[in-house]
Amino acid sequence: MSKVVIEHAEASETFNKDESYVDWHDETLWFVRKKRDISSKLLPEWEELRETASQIKNYVLSHMDDLLETFEKNAKANGIHLHWAVDAKEHNEIVLAILKQHKVEKMVKSKSMLTEECHMNEFLIQNGIEVIDTDLGERIVQLRQEPPSHIVLPAIHLKKKDIGDLFHEHLGTDAGATDPQYLTEAARQHLRDKFLTRRAALTGVNFAVAETGGFVVCTNEGNADMGAHLADVHIASMGFEKIIPLQSHLGVFLRLLARSATGQPVTTYSSHFKKPREGQEMHLVIVDNGRSTQLGRPDFKNSLKCIRCGACMNTCPVYRRSGGHSYHNAVAGPIGSILAPNLDMTKNADLPFASTLCGSCSNVCPVKIDIHDQLYKWRQVLVQGGHVPQAKEIGVKAMSMVLSQPRFYQWSGRLGRSVMRTLPFMVNNSLNPWFKQREMPEPPKESFRDWFVRNRK
Amino acid sequence: MSSREKILQQVKLNKPAETVLPTHYTFNSGYKDTEEKFKEILQAIYTEVIIVESKEHLREKVEEMYVDVVNKATTIPELASWADFSLQVADPHDLELIEVAILQAEFGVAENGAVWISDNHLQHRVLPFITQNLAFVIPRNALVNNMHDAYNRLSDTTGWGCFIAGPSKTADIEQSLVIGAHGARSMVIFLVEN
Repeated sequence: MSKVVIEHAEASETFNKDESYVDWHDETLWFVRKKRDISSKLLPEWEELRETASQIKNYVLSHMDDLLETFEKNAKANGIHLHWAVDAKEHNEIVLAILKQHKVEKMVKSKSMLTEECHMNEFLIQNGIEVIDTDLGERIVQLRQEPPSHIVLPAIHLKKKDIGDLFHEHLGTDAGATDPQYLTEAARQHLRDKFLTRRAALTGVNFAVAETGGFVVCTNEGNADMGAHLADVHIASMGFEKIIPLQSHLGVFLRLLARSATGQPVTTYSSHFKKPREGQEMHLVIVDNGRSTQLGRPDFKNSLKCIRCGACMNTCPVYRRSGGHSYHNAVAGPIGSILAPNLDMTKNADLPFASTLCGSCSNVCPVKIDIHDQLYKWRQVLVQGGHVPQAKEIGVKAMSMVLSQPRFYQWSGRLGRSVMRTLPFMVNNSLNPWFKQREMPEPPKESFRDWFVRNRK
Repeated sequence: MSSREKILQQVKLNKPAETVLPTHYTFNSGYKDTEEKFKEILQAIYTEVIIVESKEHLREKVEEMYVDVVNKATTIPELASWADFSLQVADPHDLELIEVAILQAEFGVAENGAVWISDNHLQHRVLPFITQNLAFVIPRNALVNNMHDAYNRLSDTTGWGCFIAGPSKTADIEQSLVIGAHGARSMVIFLVEN
């Protein structure tokens, strides 16, 4: 997108303007995280499953070319048309060409973060194609002309009143109506009409199986299947890292995916596509868009193991209080912050800093990606590459100067404490970022060091 | 060079050192009673499990449950005369009017309540999604404990198949659970004694 990027910290301030939203967002995502905990603890083998999934994905990374070639051979034998796209632009052009070939001007789409990454909707609309997102949350944000703010819960930044107002305007629901049941029913009717009248459907891919040449799409709503089984043309888009070797490996991944995402034992629909139905055309676009570069970065290659469950977002104290849009990237949160710099270091230099490095993301990750270590390592890379604003560099240098000189450190501490005591307005003002949304602490009378020196026998 | 070659070449160049696949990647779920677990999980996802002694009993049960319903479809031969909506349509869009579909499926999974259905059982893939209400019929002894057992059992070589666990749902509006997003609004599973 050519829009000017607003840095994470600044964008979070916008999200933090209405405290009731932030509190709700924070608590709701924590609730989802707790559901994940309960669900995972019901399986005694949970940790072994994570380790197994991680090992399978390690194998995938190290055999990516073989697996892709095997997959290609089997998918072609199944009658799937296979396409390869080096970048977002080529992906979008391939999709457009397929639609043009079939003279299709209107398409339904189920959830695909890859098409968000490629900004496909915008491209197709510019080329005269109408794209209707059919996942309820995605339809909501599409009507608001916004990107999704969470990969699993696209409209989690909104309250039901916002959605009621939106549906009143676009779908003609009663003014002021906010009942989720009523609003969902309105969307069901609205989208059923789209499913029945569109001849092309695009879906994402959760897993592509090299052994069978088929792919699996998981939804709770049933929108991927509704679209694909009614359409004459089914297009599926996948980043190449979605490949797994064997169908039986799905046993491991499907047990982990929904439990990690929402705490459900499995998504309502786990649809296994292998061959087009009679009279249908099935296309699959395999996309690189920087993934092969990431594969060659020893410190960051593991980010490609991600199965897009969103658990790292739900648990992240920064994500929960800053909202998905503040990450200005298709995938937000901790995982988005280690994927985004690979796409554009300058534009996304702020994201690895949007973290406390608490490590909770790594602890919940179902494929054991070392997310917080990668966040830390990206910071080094970005500073060394000169992608970080100078103010941050100066701040860190000043801190390093203070902390590396014990006497200077002691003096600064004393100065700080006395300023806070005698001139509190010097710190309790809006120029001090630490004063935002919090009170400054009572300054202690003396430092621990002073106390220790005084009391040492 | 084609995009395919470019991607594969770059992948070959950049891929990390080889690791091996884990040889042991399946786990046993030692449920005391697989059927009880299946029922318990399905109850939590708004699905009723009904045990019937035979296909005749199934017929009686179904007649009683869907007494005033029109546009009923089925793939079960014993229910053919109960149904009033023929699945012999050329265009799957015509299935849109179906109110309830009772479909033969293959087996169920206790750990998550999922039922496997595929091209083997269906002329129209869209049927389990487009029908307003859905019921599956599976043999009572066709239950496995977990997804590892499920894939072990799956010898399906058809072009499409799906695990379906309960009715369609969404929580996209303020995380409030709503049943009946795009697919079936309700789900019943009949376990038929041999």
